Amino acid sequence: MDLVSPLAPWPVLSFLLFVPLIGAAFVMLAGGNGVSSANNARYIALWASGANFQLSVLMLALFDPSDAGFQFQEKAEWMGGAITYHLGVDGISVLFVILSTFLTPVCILASWNSVQKRVKEYLVAFLVMETVMIGVFVSLDLVLFYVFFEAGLIPMFLIIGIWGGKRRIYAAFKFFLYTLLGSLLMLIALLAMYVHAGTTNIPALLEIHDFPPGMQTWLWLAFFASFAVKMPMWPVHTWLPDAHVEAPTAGSVLLAAVLLKMGGYGFLRFSLPMFPVASEMFAPLVFALSVIAIVYTSLVALVQEDIKKLIAYSSVAHMGFVTMGIFTATQQGIDGALFQMLSHGIVSGALFLCVGVLYDRLHTRDIAAYGGIANTMPLFATVFMIFTLANVGLPGTSGFVGEFLTLMGAFQVSTWLAAIAATGVILSACYALWLYRRVSLGEIAHNSLKTLKDMTYTERAVLVPLVVITFWLGLYPKPALDIFGPSVTALVGSYTADVEQARAAGRATHLAERGGEGGHD
Amino acid sequence: MLLYDAIVFLPLMGFLIAGLFGRALGPRPCEIITTGAVCIAAFLSVIVFVQIGFGDAAPVKHTILSWIHSGSFEVDWAIRVDTLTAVMLVVVNGVSALVHLYSIGYMHEDPDRPRFFAYLSLFTFAMLALVTADNFVQMFFGWEGVGVASYLLIGFWFKKPSANAAAIKAFVVNRVGDFGFILGIAAIFILFDSVDFDTVFAAAPEKADLVITFLGIEAHALTVACLLLFMGAMGKSAQLFLHTWLPDAMEGPTPVSALIHAATMVTAGVFLVCRCAPLFELAPGALEVVTVVGATTAFFAATVGLFQNDIKRVIAYSTCSQLGYMFFAAGVSAYPVAMFHLFTHAFFKALLFLGAGAVIHGMHHEQDMRNMGGLRKKLPVTWAMMLIGTLALTGVGIPGTGLGFAGFFSKDAAIEAAFAAGDGVARYAFWMAVIAAVLTSFYSWRLIFMTFHGKTRADEHTYSHAHDAPPVMQVPLFTLAIGAVLAGLVFVGAFIGKDAPAFWGNALPVATGEKLGEEPGAADPSAPAPSAAAREGEVALGGLGPAETAEGGAAHGEDAHATDSHGADAHGAAGHGEGRGTAYILEAMHHVPLWVKWAPLVVSLLGFLVAAYYYLANPQLPARMAERKGPLYSFLYNKWYFDELYEVIFVRPAFFLGRLLWKGGDGRVIDGVGPDGVAARVLDVTRAVVRLQSGYLYHYAFAMLIGVAALVTWFMVRGG
Repeated sequence: MDLVSPLAPWPVLSFLLFVPLIGAAFVMLAGGNGVSSANNARYIALWASGANFQLSVLMLALFDPSDAGFQFQEKAEWMGGAITYHLGVDGISVLFVILSTFLTPVCILASWNSVQKRVKEYLVAFLVMETVMIGVFVSLDLVLFYVFFEAGLIPMFLIIGIWGGKRRIYAAFKFFLYTLLGSLLMLIALLAMYVHAGTTNIPALLEIHDFPPGMQTWLWLAFFASFAVKMPMWPVHTWLPDAHVEAPTAGSVLLAAVLLKMGGYGFLRFSLPMFPVASEMFAPLVFALSVIAIVYTSLVALVQEDIKKLIAYSSVAHMGFVTMGIFTATQQGIDGALFQMLSHGIVSGALFLCVGVLYDRLHTRDIAAYGGIANTMPLFATVFMIFTLANVGLPGTSGFVGEFLTLMGAFQVSTWLAAIAATGVILSACYALWLYRRVSLGEIAHNSLKTLKDMTYTERAVLVPLVVITFWLGLYPKPALDIFGPSVTALVGSYTADVEQARAAGRATHLAERGGEGGHD
Repeated sequence: MLLYDAIVFLPLMGFLIAGLFGRALGPRPCEIITTGAVCIAAFLSVIVFVQIGFGDAAPVKHTILSWIHSGSFEVDWAIRVDTLTAVMLVVVNGVSALVHLYSIGYMHEDPDRPRFFAYLSLFTFAMLALVTADNFVQMFFGWEGVGVASYLLIGFWFKKPSANAAAIKAFVVNRVGDFGFILGIAAIFILFDSVDFDTVFAAAPEKADLVITFLGIEAHALTVACLLLFMGAMGKSAQLFLHTWLPDAMEGPTPVSALIHAATMVTAGVFLVCRCAPLFELAPGALEVVTVVGATTAFFAATVGLFQNDIKRVIAYSTCSQLGYMFFAAGVSAYPVAMFHLFTHAFFKALLFLGAGAVIHGMHHEQDMRNMGGLRKKLPVTWAMMLIGTLALTGVGIPGTGLGFAGFFSKDAAIEAAFAAGDGVARYAFWMAVIAAVLTSFYSWRLIFMTFHGKTRADEHTYSHAHDAPPVMQVPLFTLAIGAVLAGLVFVGAFIGKDAPAFWGNALPVATGEKLGEEPGAADPSAPAPSAAAREGEVALGGLGPAETAEGGAAHGEDAHATDSHGADAHGAAGHGEGRGTAYILEAMHHVPLWVKWAPLVVSLLGFLVAAYYYLANPQLPARMAERKGPLYSFLYNKWYFDELYEVIFVRPAFFLGRLLWKGGDGRVIDGVGPDGVAARVLDVTRAVVRLQSGYLYHYAFAMLIGVAALVTWFMVRGG
């Protein structure tokens, strides 16, 4: 194996990929009988994912934010040289790796007591999921990326299908059905790219190869089919509320926090830099779908009766800001989109954990079953309030920075776009505070709520760090913005240059044609 | 630097201690810590106010931490203090300290006091972050921060459904304003490539002629930006159309109403307009809108205040109305007058609210004035305090002698400024203000008479147990009463008199604009407004601080004074409406005809007499009127039916649309045609024909959704 990176003397990214798998193997082997075996398995999984998180923090410490290129690259021949095992991270992907490694132990901790069925298998699914998530963000080979991108379906399919709620089979199949079509189209596009460019190496495709505009259109659409479903964008979002509702708490957390980000990452890694001309052409379509998502799903969120569904719809609305920001192709828009993804990972993850706290106590997600829990669970009510406000995009919390920057980017492209998207600011306040009121405020609504215990120590250990991160990113987002800033600048620069070039070329052909016509006369 | 940091961060510290450790510490230590911290901050604020406003201390600006850096979009956490900020520091910290103190008495039975005091301090911090901002985004942080604190405090008694509803309403309506604010910031950023106050204001004159396309309309760029910012101001300051949250906000504890919904937060909109004066001066269209909205609100809110029965709601509508005065004053370029009224209003309105709180406290949470009356003997101190507040609000004083209560100086100045600004919208503002003054006097005296005079309508038990407030609540009342009596008299010279240029320095464009006696537009005939002189002035204004400029400003002020002899022409020359600059207005308002000067006092007397006739002499008349429910009475009593209207236009359709899109859009159309439809077809081919027939409707609907998407796409492509 080639270590291209001088930053670390050992293959950091491979470690990040394999530590969870090794952990999974140990979980399978965990000894003891019955309860003690399950407990051993939990500790092993926690240790493995915790170690991996530390490893990723080390990687971040060694990461050079001023370098816009790929770092920690590793390369190995695979399958006779057609495909390479090629890893690396840049400013755009590195924080998603951290998000994945951070949230996996959080998820394991959050499932500590609530999952009692097939504990080992459950933990294995999460650890494999971690590997797959990291794999998506560090792959620098098209095929490798595709494998990880699609492999993510399987553990999530199992997590929903086995540990999910009552309609889990329906939800799992819906999830599967939606993603299938997009995946097939993306696979065909990948083959076409390989045939045309002769390589599956992502850096090479990014830097050297230009696809002809006509081909870009088709490739863009094929990738769009896949990423839009993952994102999810309106109108292919309906799998998300069902998947969230049926998934166990930790499954929802990973789904919302990381899996949804794969679409946005895909747009930034492939669509924008590789098919700039098509991206520019289709940007209005993306904008339209984005603002429809923001307004439409916010209104739908307003009338939800299920807490998880409400948060799921609000996720779709927030992802609308992300897709909008990305395709403005401005520094603020893309910075904002990346930040929004990061923040949404923390905040929506935390909100799903909050729902889990309630679900573990009453085993219902029905909003009407709650009311006035601030009386019995003041600490929980405070934490829930903080995340609700972060979800609303209150300045000072992480939710603000991304939303605000994407709006700054959008305004540069179109005032209509910015104005319609900004209505999301109003609507999010409506559905979020309305939810909070119905759950937390008022007199205690039902007898079943009178004996509720406030958050346990495990629950605090899970949620308090997320509170801290929410404020940290909101008050001092500079570290994050510094990390992806240079990569985004480079991306915007090359995109703009490509689009300009294509325009100039277009004009030239146009002129030539007209000149030709003139000649005939 | 430490001085300024302490002012801003002491309340934050109080909030963190009371918020994080409140339950461990217990209520009393929380009260002492938060109140102590804010009191120190208030004391330091007075020092800063004197140093910057009256001493030779230069304005301050220092960066604390970097915040959002994305390409050329750079925002830092900073503290910027000039005279405008210093005035707000005194108001915010001063009233906050008194309200903290008062709350120790008012809330003494509440078990959740640590939370209450934590919220109060959080609010104070957010408000300080707002007024010390050196850029639009930090201001927005404070802006939304006070919004959240207001939400939390209105809903403090979270078991009350009405309080929860009011809290959400306050936040959401404010968000409607913030929608404009965000777009305004975006517009500023596009125009100036910066959101830093100094940079933006310095560059403003260069951008005075720019045009941008906003929502398909080609318009003067600065006007668009200013109007968007003003939309934010309308939300926060409860101006017409976005006012509906303020009366409902009275669901919160009364000290909260005094602090947030009278003295400080609701004035943030006025502060925003004054802060952005260099932009508004270049956007005459926007100023006209400010004037009209302010004047209309002044009138509208006063009419609604006439027949309200809840003692706090009367004062709330009064606040709304007085904010209208501040806005139209700013709208006619009389920014110092707007700030002066903001300053004095803080004293007497907080006094009235805290007085009302003392009544409510003494009456065991009775707020309906129909169940009061005759309380003067039971609550003599409260009565005296409320009387002072009312005299200040109605602007009692003697023109020409310089004697009067606080409102006499500031409110009358606003009315005179509107008159001096000439015809058009300014004249409209003048008449609205005069009419509103009658109404103000009527509802204020009605409140006093219904509460304190006549025979009591309270039940015997309540009445016999009614008592004056304890000393811890009276000290704030006395302090505010001193302000309500003296604030006008003492500060009139500095705020709007001949010392104004020295006092404001570069914080407000007091020394710019056309001088009295010049022909309108003579300096620069091609530009309708503002004149070249104004632009020069604003360039100097951009840079914070050099003392020479302040002196230059003073010199300008004297120039203006020197042209006094033309003063008598003010009326005649005032023909062109807006855009003549602050210096002109400040001077011309001293030379309005005598009847204009006396008008507010005369109409106040009229209001007093009418109120006395109905509520003192013939108290049975109003009750009969209320029973008859004439159309005008119902219209006013029901607040012009704004709430009902909004319910029908916005709230219900939003829920209806939400349900339609969910069940219809997501459920039937998307899922029906998409995954479920596919699954159904795969599973059951034989019945496919039947299914398809019943499915046609949804296919049409699906096609319609695609159509909608196409339409919006087209908008994105074509609309600028």
